[in-house]
Amino acid sequence: MELKKRFWNEYQKEIADDHYFYARSCIRQSFNPGAEAMFLNIMKDNLHKDIIDEANQHTCTGIGYHTDIVPFYTTATIMARLFSLMTEAGYKNYVPSCVTSFGLYVEVLETWKHDPETLEKTREYLYKACKREFELPENIAHSSDIIYKFRNELKKQMKYQLINKHTGQPLRGVEHVGCHYAKVFPAFGEGGAEFPYVLAGLIESWGGEVIDYPERRHCCGFGFRNYLVLTNRSYSVSNTYKKLESMEPYQPDFILTNCPGCNMFLDRWQYTIAETQHKTYDAEGKGIPVLSHEELAALLLGYDPWKIGLQMHQVQCESLMDKIGIAYNPDEKYADINGNQLTPPDKPDFLKI
Amino acid sequence: MNHFDVIIIGGGPAGMQAAIRLGNFNYKTLIIEKEKSIGGKLTQWDKLFPDFYSAEELLQNLTRQLNENVSILTEQEVKDIENTSENEWTVKTADGQYSSKALLIASGYDFFNAKRKEEFGYGIYPNVITSVELEAMIKNGKITTLDGRIPQKIAYLQCVGSRDEKVGNHYCSINCCICAVKQSIEVKELLPDVEQYCFYMDLRMAGQHYEELYRTSQEKYHVQFIRGRISEAASTFDNRIQIKAENTLLSTPLKLTVDLFVLMVGMEASETTRFISQKFNISNEYGFLQSKQRYCSDNETEIKGLFLAGTCKRPMTIPKSLKDGDAAANAIFDYLKNR
Amino acid sequence: MKDFGYSISKGRTLNYDNSDFSLKKTLEHDVVSYCRCIGCGACASTCSAAKFTDFSIFKCNMLFRNAKYDELEQELSKCMLCGKCTLVCPRGVNTRGMILEMRNLIEKNKNNNE
Repeated sequence: MELKKRFWNEYQKEIADDHYFYARSCIRQSFNPGAEAMFLNIMKDNLHKDIIDEANQHTCTGIGYHTDIVPFYTTATIMARLFSLMTEAGYKNYVPSCVTSFGLYVEVLETWKHDPETLEKTREYLYKACKREFELPENIAHSSDIIYKFRNELKKQMKYQLINKHTGQPLRGVEHVGCHYAKVFPAFGEGGAEFPYVLAGLIESWGGEVIDYPERRHCCGFGFRNYLVLTNRSYSVSNTYKKLESMEPYQPDFILTNCPGCNMFLDRWQYTIAETQHKTYDAEGKGIPVLSHEELAALLLGYDPWKIGLQMHQVQCESLMDKIGIAYNPDEKYADINGNQLTPPDKPDFLKI
Repeated sequence: MNHFDVIIIGGGPAGMQAAIRLGNFNYKTLIIEKEKSIGGKLTQWDKLFPDFYSAEELLQNLTRQLNENVSILTEQEVKDIENTSENEWTVKTADGQYSSKALLIASGYDFFNAKRKEEFGYGIYPNVITSVELEAMIKNGKITTLDGRIPQKIAYLQCVGSRDEKVGNHYCSINCCICAVKQSIEVKELLPDVEQYCFYMDLRMAGQHYEELYRTSQEKYHVQFIRGRISEAASTFDNRIQIKAENTLLSTPLKLTVDLFVLMVGMEASETTRFISQKFNISNEYGFLQSKQRYCSDNETEIKGLFLAGTCKRPMTIPKSLKDGDAAANAIFDYLKNR
Repeated sequence: MKDFGYSISKGRTLNYDNSDFSLKKTLEHDVVSYCRCIGCGACASTCSAAKFTDFSIFKCNMLFRNAKYDELEQELSKCMLCGKCTLVCPRGVNTRGMILEMRNLIEKNKNNNE
């Protein structure tokens, strides 16, 4: 008796084939800069796609917008400037790295579509501010959509699979899709809002097993102003705690995210929970490694884990790499680009590294 | 011989009752039914609310009353309908073509497709079932989870596909509130130790003896009625279903894990009903058929010789559908007599 | 353990899975009419005590039903047992009997736990 049928898989969204304009994420490039570098490497070297990483790009204002600091027209105008960079570079397919950005781009594009006056006003503001003009993107897809689209091509090039080399069993992954990926506009998500397939598809294609746990659809705990204000952080960490408690019985080997915010909070709050509650969610007291879609793809493709920047995570990924059988050199973990040893970070009191 | 006085499309309770009357009026009548046998949704039901009258017995009663004037075609789906001349209707099925002086539509409803409410996980978690599937279990006298366990806790959710703007159905399906009451009583009789929770937005006990049955379900069967709409269902580690709702009387969110989660699916216009409503441009806002006038000519349409009965117009209970079949037969009698 | 100036909140969700509803079941057995309550609030509306204090028989009932006994003992003591509520209940619940039995059950429960 099959107790669980396949995830929802009926919605298919359109994703462009080639010629992408890449928009970076504030959080991802600050905290996991290797992830974005890997995405570009994968696109260029593994998939041989044309993708541009424009040097003059800037924030989309998402964090400011969602904390009620930046008003709508400011956001729309700043986004319009990003679109003008895309137009100038001769691209039409927009690929944001950040899920918050992605949701906000869709929100702004939909507002323009349903209320064309706001588009005209934005054009006017942008021109007044910096004499720039822009065209709307023909296709907008999150970077996880791109990886999802080419998941089988990537699989052919992968050196490793999501299989525990000691047991031969599939590794068990929790996937956490950022709320703004599809909960705001379900039709823009691969698989809809309730059972999005974008990350589950990666895990399944690459040999792993997806865990469905009761709080699967719950927020990661970021919540913008709930994190940014110290006194509100209790709310943020409590949500993450709720998720981790709910996934604990399934003993996940890793967590896969597509949103830089989710990645950060599911990772960092494990440290906070370990230090304040003396609670960890794996057998060894090290926590559950949290990877993004680019990081997981790069890892399985055989990129050097330290070049991917896995040492930048709070929960260390060696346990996962050992399970998969990925070779790594511990001596290079904290070496700089010239091979000089940097001072390793302080060790947590409770969380093992 | 393919010519009749009246053709009835749909052999459910409304169509059967109309056929009984029309046969008694000595009209040559043809029922065209798409399923293997007549009876409509009655064939899927065990007992009827609020008096636990046997659906099978009702069906036998109705069948017994059909006289020799009534012919029945089963497993025939209507392909097309034409108003060939003022006084003649032609109905085409895959196998043949039939004509009549008057046409009665009794093409009924379909159950709401619960998969459309993604958040309840129907079609994904096997222990999320519909009220139709629960009725089948009751009929078999065996209530189990899909992996064969005896359920300890069952939750019912009202208004799945009804009163829900998100699926485009603003209307109430009328039957589901009292149906959950009926089913929960039957389940408790089969499983005396089961705990049952019924989640609702409003409970609408608007028929004779409905309210009394509701009281009985509370007092004798200890069904817990909780005012609050379930927002999502998810599978737990042991393949049970965790549900979340608000206990609105306490203004507090609640969570509860159950073995079976029953969705009380509402009624939508059936495929044939939708086809006819579009074909003759007499669709209401939900694809049901629109009668000429709600009060005095609820069986007539704006089109001469085209009549309606039962749930092809709107959600109805079975007694109401039967009465509507009667009323349609009378309207057709007047029409054919004065033609 | 470290203190970062914020902590994990327990959350306010009622967890029916690990709540003990045995007192409610006893009440349903002892005051059968209690089962019929539909939460209409007529009892609270007619309550003399509720007019000038924050006593609510409706709230008492809801707290009891959901096995939240912490504030209940204090709340229940505010009832004067006048029985006006019994006169208006459309479902014929013996509301005064309900209050008395709730008091007994909570008292017993407290003694058992001590």
